[in-house]
Amino acid sequence: MSLSLSLALTLFTALAMLGCAVVAIFARARVTAVLAAGLVSLFASVLFVLLAAPDVAMTEAAIGSGLTTFLFFFVMGRIRQEGGK
Amino acid sequence: MIRKAFIALALLLFGVLFATLWAGYVPDPALNRTAAYYAANAKPEIGAPNIVTAIIITWRGLDTLGEVTVLFLTAAIVGMVLVPSRARASGVVFRPAGELLATGARMIAPLVVLLGGYVLANGHLTPGGGFQGGAILASAVLLMLLADPARRFGHKLIGRIESASGVTYVGLGLLGMLVAGGFLDNSVLPLGRFGAMLSAGIIPLISAVIGLKVGAEFASILMTLEETEDA
Repeated sequence: MSLSLSLALTLFTALAMLGCAVVAIFARARVTAVLAAGLVSLFASVLFVLLAAPDVAMTEAAIGSGLTTFLFFFVMGRIRQEGGK
Repeated sequence: MIRKAFIALALLLFGVLFATLWAGYVPDPALNRTAAYYAANAKPEIGAPNIVTAIIITWRGLDTLGEVTVLFLTAAIVGMVLVPSRARASGVVFRPAGELLATGARMIAPLVVLLGGYVLANGHLTPGGGFQGGAILASAVLLMLLADPARRFGHKLIGRIESASGVTYVGLGLLGMLVAGGFLDNSVLPLGRFGAMLSAGIIPLISAVIGLKVGAEFASILMTLEETEDA
């Protein structure tokens, strides 16, 4: 029971990751794409927890989904400013 | 047309590659030799309940030093390429963050710092350690920058923290060469009681140092990025 439940969770997380990755590639709006790419990392960190690697999950959640996403936003804001001049 | 064919070919090749990997995958019946050594000796040799941290900081300590150095170089290059504007452009006014974010950040940022400190200090006991704790500390800085984009932190302080912890890290490693078995050897300090807060030799010290260094590096990258905003 518990094995199949964790398997179902793992599968769900993996599929959600794939779905977010597809959204990140095909999204029209750049903001949506960046957020979807961040969600890929967030689901990846959940997957790491499910695979019993909490150390990696912490790094992935903090750096992959947190800092990287905001790095994209910083840079996008900068590009918008330069373009507006 | 040719481009599409190339893309299809590349996808097909990747598919074949992953299919062969997947088809040939057999889970190991037991831990391999290195892993078995680590699992068996983490308690008697290192005294750390969290084997991952024992590996990262002691047996593979040199790799971690390299990793931190790479991050330092990244921070240095970001600081070199993105020169913050000397004269603050007078016309630029930051759009203030929303009420929700500003108030929430004031409440949550200290808790995030606390969590980062906890993860740092308990690296040898629970999942986490220097790198993770440092990243969490940096995300607290990020949250404060998001809540108040005009906020400025002292570069000098961050730089001092960064270099002091770097020097301490290498110094502890050299101390291991003098007193114990080699560079970054763990037995500089006694192992202590297994599972206690202050145990596992110099792992808690090195964890704290790595955490401060990583946190300072990420924070300096974020701050440099934010400061070029008003260029």
